[in-house]
Amino acid sequence: MIAAYLVLLIPLIGIVYFTLAGHKTDTGKLNIKFNGICLLATIWLAVNVLNQGRIISSNEAFLIDPFNVYLIVLTAFVGFTTSIFSSPYMAHEKEIGKLSDQRLKLYYSMFQGFMLAMYLVLTTNNMGIMWVAMEGATLATVLLVSLYRTPESIEAAWKYFILCGVGIAQALFGTILLYYAAVQIGDGENALLWSVLYENADKLNPEILEIAFVFLLIGYGTKIGLVPLHNWLPDAHSEGPTPMSAVLSGLLLNDALYAVVRNKMLVDGATGSNMAGFLMMGFGLLSFLVAAILLHRQKDIKRLFSYSSIEHMGLMTFAFGIGGPLATFAALLHMTVHSLTKSAIFVTVGHAAQLAGTQKIDQIRGLIKTQPRIGWGLLIGTIAIAGFPPFGVFTSEFLVLLATMHSYPWLAPLLLLDIGIAFAGLFRHIQPMVYGIPPKDQQAIKANLWPVIIHLALVLWLGLAIPDFLANWFSQATLLISGSTPL
Amino acid sequence: MNWLIAILQTILFVALSPLLAGWVKCCKCWLQNRKAPSIFQPYRDLLKLTYKQPVVSEQASWLFIKAPYVIFSATVLAATVVPLIAVDLPTSASADVIVMVGFFAFARFFLALAGLDIGTAFGGMGSSREMTISSLAEPAMLMAIFTLTMTASTTNLSLAIAHVLNEGLILRPSFVFALSALILVAVAETGRIPVDNPSTHLELTMIHEAMILEYSGRHLALIEWASQLKLMLYGVLIANIFFPWGIAQSFNPQDLAYGLMAIMAKLAVLAIVLAISETLVAKMRLFRVQEYLSFAYLLGLLGMLSHIILEASR
Amino acid sequence: MNIEQLDFYTQAILSMAALVGLTSFLMLGQGRLLRLIFVFALQGFLLTLTTALAAYSLDNPHLYISAVLTLVLKVIFIPWMLRRQVLHMNMHRDIEALKNNTFVMLGGASLMVFSYYVLHPVVQSSSAVMLNALAVSLSVMLLGMLLMISHRQAIAHVVGFMSIENGLFFAAIVATNGMPMVVELGVAFDVLVAAVLFGIFFLHIRTSIDTLDVDMLNRLHEVDK
Repeated sequence: MIAAYLVLLIPLIGIVYFTLAGHKTDTGKLNIKFNGICLLATIWLAVNVLNQGRIISSNEAFLIDPFNVYLIVLTAFVGFTTSIFSSPYMAHEKEIGKLSDQRLKLYYSMFQGFMLAMYLVLTTNNMGIMWVAMEGATLATVLLVSLYRTPESIEAAWKYFILCGVGIAQALFGTILLYYAAVQIGDGENALLWSVLYENADKLNPEILEIAFVFLLIGYGTKIGLVPLHNWLPDAHSEGPTPMSAVLSGLLLNDALYAVVRNKMLVDGATGSNMAGFLMMGFGLLSFLVAAILLHRQKDIKRLFSYSSIEHMGLMTFAFGIGGPLATFAALLHMTVHSLTKSAIFVTVGHAAQLAGTQKIDQIRGLIKTQPRIGWGLLIGTIAIAGFPPFGVFTSEFLVLLATMHSYPWLAPLLLLDIGIAFAGLFRHIQPMVYGIPPKDQQAIKANLWPVIIHLALVLWLGLAIPDFLANWFSQATLLISGSTPL
Repeated sequence: MNWLIAILQTILFVALSPLLAGWVKCCKCWLQNRKAPSIFQPYRDLLKLTYKQPVVSEQASWLFIKAPYVIFSATVLAATVVPLIAVDLPTSASADVIVMVGFFAFARFFLALAGLDIGTAFGGMGSSREMTISSLAEPAMLMAIFTLTMTASTTNLSLAIAHVLNEGLILRPSFVFALSALILVAVAETGRIPVDNPSTHLELTMIHEAMILEYSGRHLALIEWASQLKLMLYGVLIANIFFPWGIAQSFNPQDLAYGLMAIMAKLAVLAIVLAISETLVAKMRLFRVQEYLSFAYLLGLLGMLSHIILEASR
Repeated sequence: MNIEQLDFYTQAILSMAALVGLTSFLMLGQGRLLRLIFVFALQGFLLTLTTALAAYSLDNPHLYISAVLTLVLKVIFIPWMLRRQVLHMNMHRDIEALKNNTFVMLGGASLMVFSYYVLHPVVQSSSAVMLNALAVSLSVMLLGMLLMISHRQAIAHVVGFMSIENGLFFAAIVATNGMPMVVELGVAFDVLVAAVLFGIFFLHIRTSIDTLDVDMLNRLHEVDK
């Protein structure tokens, strides 16, 4: 349990430290250290959970089970690698005069604030606190989206703030309805604890839970970026600093999906029908379709990949919606590989944009000639995210497809077609950026591509062979979510 | 006996209405630091007008001459429907609140026709304005009344009042809305500030006065009386539906006297409220009346909704 | 159970609920910012009263804390802050011409009916009469959204946002006599931070596009032109 407290404490210290002493020069390195220690703490926590099973803290405030501990480790990992990337990136931004010391200080303290909110979402045992933390994550990142203070970035941040704020209000309403249903069967103050709720799931009034779930799905779905609630997502991703895009895409979306899945587990327990699943499938499929089509019409490289995020989140939502051990397993795997790949891509994209001095796709050309590492990184990242073997995304997409063919065979061709559309959408833009003729005065920049290499290597590894302990871990989580294991 | 009381009540209605108008005028004068005319001044005005010979334009048709009588009698008939001092009267048993609204509409129709009849610019303008306002006010009024009738499960006024009376003091959200809506509508329908100003003849703003500009003598007296009666009708409606306490439920003289005292006191208070609001509020532009009345409609609608949503029985 | 059989406090709470709904409608039709903020404060005040009444009639001390929290945040702090911003930016004379006001109002009324319809099964699940007000709280939320859609001023959007929060708070009061204390404090903290952030944002929007009219925030498109 100490590990869990540590995970929360470290970012808290980080916020305080950076707020007070963020003007010092080595903040970037320090940020890496904070996230590194946090990663170690989460690994310690994960080992504990895998050995002992579910942990509930003595005051019932925190609940760590195989499902969320895996997301905690993933969060810490992506946070760590992104901080490695952000240190030189932000230094470069400061050098070219886009940011002041003051803003940098804000950036680092809010980075830690965001991490804290994410850890709190994942570890808390209280549904209400989860909502509070989720809103807190928005509040922490909203000033980061507008960090550059350009009219576009302010517009994006305003949209992000308002849409997510309004959206997540629906989730609180759903939470209130759920609390009401839980109070009906007694246990007032503790009625919002996941541990209590799961025990009593079958006693809750199914009709109320169905209504509550609709609100919860709309609320957290706004954060996942499900169509038609996705409008904020490409804007926020494209206008903020790139490390922010990487963590938003790699972490925030996952955690919102985590919230939905938690609620789905509860609602399924109460209703005994797959109503929640059907809703998720519908929204997921719609997002998948719309985002894949919109990929073709993008002109900004970060927007391009944020639509790709919507597409993949849609696929995950769809897979969780199908339910069943295979689909759930696939969705968990997809969550992991998508986070890793997408944050790697954003890191590369950030460097590419710095290299070309713009985010416009038609002005980024010939990356592979100017700086081969960035070019290759972008190419391999895109191949991975598009679902090519032997990368992990292929494995997970294949499993989703398999599960779909098993449960809803008539949807399988649609999925396949869509994967094809998305692939074409990505490649028509990526190909000239990587291979085209570079502008004359384009010069290589100082870039740290280690995060990309590590992430992509991991994704490759997951595609070739899922290590035993990880497979075991996933199947424990799958057991928790869907009630049986795929292995 | 019942019929006798019903007739008596109607006579009371007709007789007391100028008094109410006089009282409102007095209150307004006091509030505005003016010397008030006698409270009986409206009676003297009516009497004076009756003695004078009416002047009728050459272009006027029979409609112009008959209209005042029609208007006055329609308003008196509407008055028979509304319980003044006692509930459970045969007149109000035979006709419900929708009939009352119908009588008002009937009177207004003839008033508008009479305004158009002579073909002067002001008459036509007044008629058109009056019809605009009433077409907006009537739905709002019906909405407020429906809220009430849904609670009492009857459109009969005397039964509804008895229902409210028997329930005792209950804070009903729907009544709060219905009351506000009805007050707004009453202000608009009786042509008071801020919708119309009864005491001026300003070309650009007048509504009611524009229609009756050509009338004189006893015709004018009848129309004036009818509009005083209408003011009192709305006052009684508001007072007796929402604050029915004091109204006589049996026909013994003591109760009736008590009922009369009660309604006079209630009307006196309402008149003071009206005078205060007329002193404080400025007349609004004609084009904003539409907003004002849609707000009244909204209140009525909210009253109905809150009846359904909040007061649903289990 | 009929409303006649209820005690006075419950009747009062239900009437307050209706008035809270009314304030939402008033905000919807309000084009002047200062009045809008005033009505918003009024709504907060009604909520405070409702909470205090509920606390007294149910003898629930925890609700008093919620009432004080609402009073401080929604009646004093946020309206004060918004008012200061409006005066500071010299916008108190601007009147926003609301388009299609009648349709917006009718839309609002239909949203109320809609929320009644949606929550009907929930309301029917218990005999507690106070639960009737749940539909009103949902409609306060939806009307807050409608307010944001129909108004163009950023400040009006913030008022809408905060009135959505009011609706949520109200829902928690009528459905469950408030959320658990930690959650309530957490939500209040979020609202406070959001309010401060909005203040910062006004400054940024103002300096970047020289107006607080959010229709001018139109540079980003779903599909690039």
